[in-house]
Amino acid sequence: MNRYPLWKNLLILVVLVTGFIYTLPNFYGESPAVQIMPLRSHLKADTQLLATVEQTLRNAQLAPEVISLDANSIKVRFSDTDSQLKAKDVLHAQLGEDYVVALNLLSRSPAWLTEMNALPMYLGLDLRGGVHFLMQVDMKAALDKALESSSGDIRSTLREARIPYSGVNRDGDVLFVKFRDADSRSKGEAELKLRFGGLQFDSKDAGRDYLLQAKLKQQEQLRIQDSALQQNLVTLRNRVNELGVAEPVIQQQGVDRVVVQLPGVQDTARAKDILGRTATLEVRLVDDDRQIGASGAAPFGTEIFKERDGTSVVVKKSVILTGERINDAQPGFDSRNNEPAVHINLDAVGARKFKEATRENVGKRMAIILFEKGRGEVVTAPVIREEIGGGRVQISGQMDTTEAQNIALLLRAGALAAPMEIIEERTVGPSLGADNIQRGFDSTKIGFIMVAVFMIAYYLMFGTISVLALGANLLLLIALLSMLQATLTLPGMAGIALTLGMAIDANVLINERIREELRNGVPPQMAISTGYENAFATIIDSNITTLIAGVALFMFGSGPVKGFAVVLCLGILTSMFSGVMVSRALVNLIYGRKTRLNKVAIG
Amino acid sequence: MEFFRIKKDIPFMSYGKLTTTISLVTFLLAVFFLATRGLNFGVDFTGGTVIEVHYAQPSDTNRVREELAGIGLADALVQHFGTTHDVLIQVPLKHNKMGANLSEQVLAALRANAEVELRRVEFVGPQVGKDLVEDGAMALLLVSLGIVGYLWLRFEWKFGLAAIIANLHDVVIILGCFAFFQWEFSLSVLAAVLAVLGYSVNESVVVFDRIRENFRKMRKTEVAEIIDNAITRTMSRTIITHGSTQLMVLAMLLLGGETLHFFAMALTIGIMFSIYSSVLVASPLLIMFGVCREDFIKPEKAESEEVLP
Repeated sequence: MNRYPLWKNLLILVVLVTGFIYTLPNFYGESPAVQIMPLRSHLKADTQLLATVEQTLRNAQLAPEVISLDANSIKVRFSDTDSQLKAKDVLHAQLGEDYVVALNLLSRSPAWLTEMNALPMYLGLDLRGGVHFLMQVDMKAALDKALESSSGDIRSTLREARIPYSGVNRDGDVLFVKFRDADSRSKGEAELKLRFGGLQFDSKDAGRDYLLQAKLKQQEQLRIQDSALQQNLVTLRNRVNELGVAEPVIQQQGVDRVVVQLPGVQDTARAKDILGRTATLEVRLVDDDRQIGASGAAPFGTEIFKERDGTSVVVKKSVILTGERINDAQPGFDSRNNEPAVHINLDAVGARKFKEATRENVGKRMAIILFEKGRGEVVTAPVIREEIGGGRVQISGQMDTTEAQNIALLLRAGALAAPMEIIEERTVGPSLGADNIQRGFDSTKIGFIMVAVFMIAYYLMFGTISVLALGANLLLLIALLSMLQATLTLPGMAGIALTLGMAIDANVLINERIREELRNGVPPQMAISTGYENAFATIIDSNITTLIAGVALFMFGSGPVKGFAVVLCLGILTSMFSGVMVSRALVNLIYGRKTRLNKVAIG
Repeated sequence: MEFFRIKKDIPFMSYGKLTTTISLVTFLLAVFFLATRGLNFGVDFTGGTVIEVHYAQPSDTNRVREELAGIGLADALVQHFGTTHDVLIQVPLKHNKMGANLSEQVLAALRANAEVELRRVEFVGPQVGKDLVEDGAMALLLVSLGIVGYLWLRFEWKFGLAAIIANLHDVVIILGCFAFFQWEFSLSVLAAVLAVLGYSVNESVVVFDRIRENFRKMRKTEVAEIIDNAITRTMSRTIITHGSTQLMVLAMLLLGGETLHFFAMALTIGIMFSIYSSVLVASPLLIMFGVCREDFIKPEKAESEEVLP
């Protein structure tokens, strides 16, 4: 009765071997490395770049341990920090501003492990050191701005349609358009409803004024908030790239928050400075009549900027308008030929300036330049086909839909949709991170040894089996964490220790049941069998309640607490497997074959 | 080796009055300290800034205070943290007009005179703290409801209710200890409290399982005796399991450093009281709710309904 069928033994063996393989990378430690990532979308991390990197390193007489190429970066591993830093400098000098060259740590595990995606556990910021920011996007400001720009547009629309009105005022989140009589109000309402799909118009009479009240529709508010958040995410991503961080995390959290995690960054002041900066956008005329001089110097009164594909453009120094005048930019399609296009909405002042500039320069090119970190880049330089009035500009031609989206985002990034504020910061220095790993590791180790000694002394052979099962549990838990690449935090390490302490419960329950059966005079084989069976239901029950707590913690916990919850939940699952299946398999191996079993060593 | 070779069942239920009084008194004391002293909420919940720095030379907190006063932070809380080399600086939110940039200014001020290494900065804005309190309360509610619901399905509503009252009693006592000693109540302590809630219910579940089993086996026995027998026979397992878990937690308490210290402390108190409450609070409550054999055994079809041994 105490034999497992072959498939069950094989299953356990396969699970344990897999667990062992995926745990392995954690033992190799990490080496300093350099990670090279292209900053521009048209540049790819490919074999050509790989060759350049190899050549550069060879010229600098640096011998990397491993060079690997993955989806969007090249990683070069070194044996010491010295060569790592040197390599960073020479690579940066060689590759220039179009690539990020970041310092990183790479696992020393052999290539065959990495190829089967066996990676070491992903350490959280409290263990590896780094900065965590939680940023709040000021959504009210985004909505106010949208409403403010609508009020300008309403004025110009009414003026163009020659409908008399006496004023447009904003009061909180409502716009009031004042008319002198009911007739012009109804005409105005019809016209405005046609032009402003996102606004909700209602007529209202106050004293002698005929008012038209305009509010942002609910779904328009959501659209504005979402686009503000997306735009801020893109802007942050661009800026973090400048910092040269190897594995930054930039994520939306909830409806109006953004999490930025920068592993390894210590200079928080610089990080904050770069994250908090506003990019600026300028619209200027391209000077196609003049060529770049032989020396590469710009002709008088012009500047040279690079386009995104690398070609140089000579641009006049005088600025037509800046990004502050752009209210919104959305990707879309040209109504005439259905080509992808970007629709830009300028405010009243911007619209007037733009009208003048386009009237005088039909047939010429106009450059839209994005300035970040004091360096300008031409986003796009379209030809002006006709005079453009009304503040509604469309850029089209030679772009696909993704490019239209990118340009729209970049244009919006120039005018930050909503300000952001850092509402939470957690910085952990590298020394504290290393200490935390050590402490977490030590307490798990010592705790495990104490439990093991006690269990073996108390339950003899069955104690030994329980300890082996507990070891299997630890192995599987670490393998699972490595496989899922779940973030391991210090509370997560505490979670490992705690689940180990709790996992022993299953074995204690089983061993106590077996003892009880033996005491009642049941023969050993029978006692083992009923002991396991009787204990099983209790084990399930008691684990499920802990699992409920774990899931709730995962749902409502943030940051480090979430890490704890993940480990708690996974630990419960692995402990059920190892506590019941693995220990049973061992018991079966040791006692199951003996036909005449008179005594078992259970203390 | 065997610690608990108990021949006769211990009449736990006959001590009912005494144990109930003890729990009631500890519970009321905990509530009293929670009400009068309140919890010493950490920066996670109140908002504010905590900066931990490491000095190359032993440092003098008075000098650090003076340096901080120099940049307008006269009321920052400065204390040694473990050794004289490590200093912990806490700045409450209301004095913190510099917001997220506070840490740079503090570091600049400290670095002017000594070699200082930054170990840790935590800045939590007021919005975040409020959210964390709400999320924590939600998690506590959800765990409680989840456990009651599960035990209801698995046993009976009387069991669910008895278990959750016993365990919330533990939670209140942990919080009471934190209030009494004014230990810092941080996010990780909250995590520990919730883990204790899930973990110590285990204890009640194991006892309840036995009670149910006994109701089926011992047909002619009194309810109180059935419960006494269940508790006595699971006592060995209770002590051994909790002892093992406590060994792990003890290692954390002693070796885990400051960050894990109060986390492990909350677990320790939780483990101690969960042994007590699951045996001596949950079971008397069961009797109070009037648990009886008919809760498990429908008179007509007794044997066929048994799902579990």
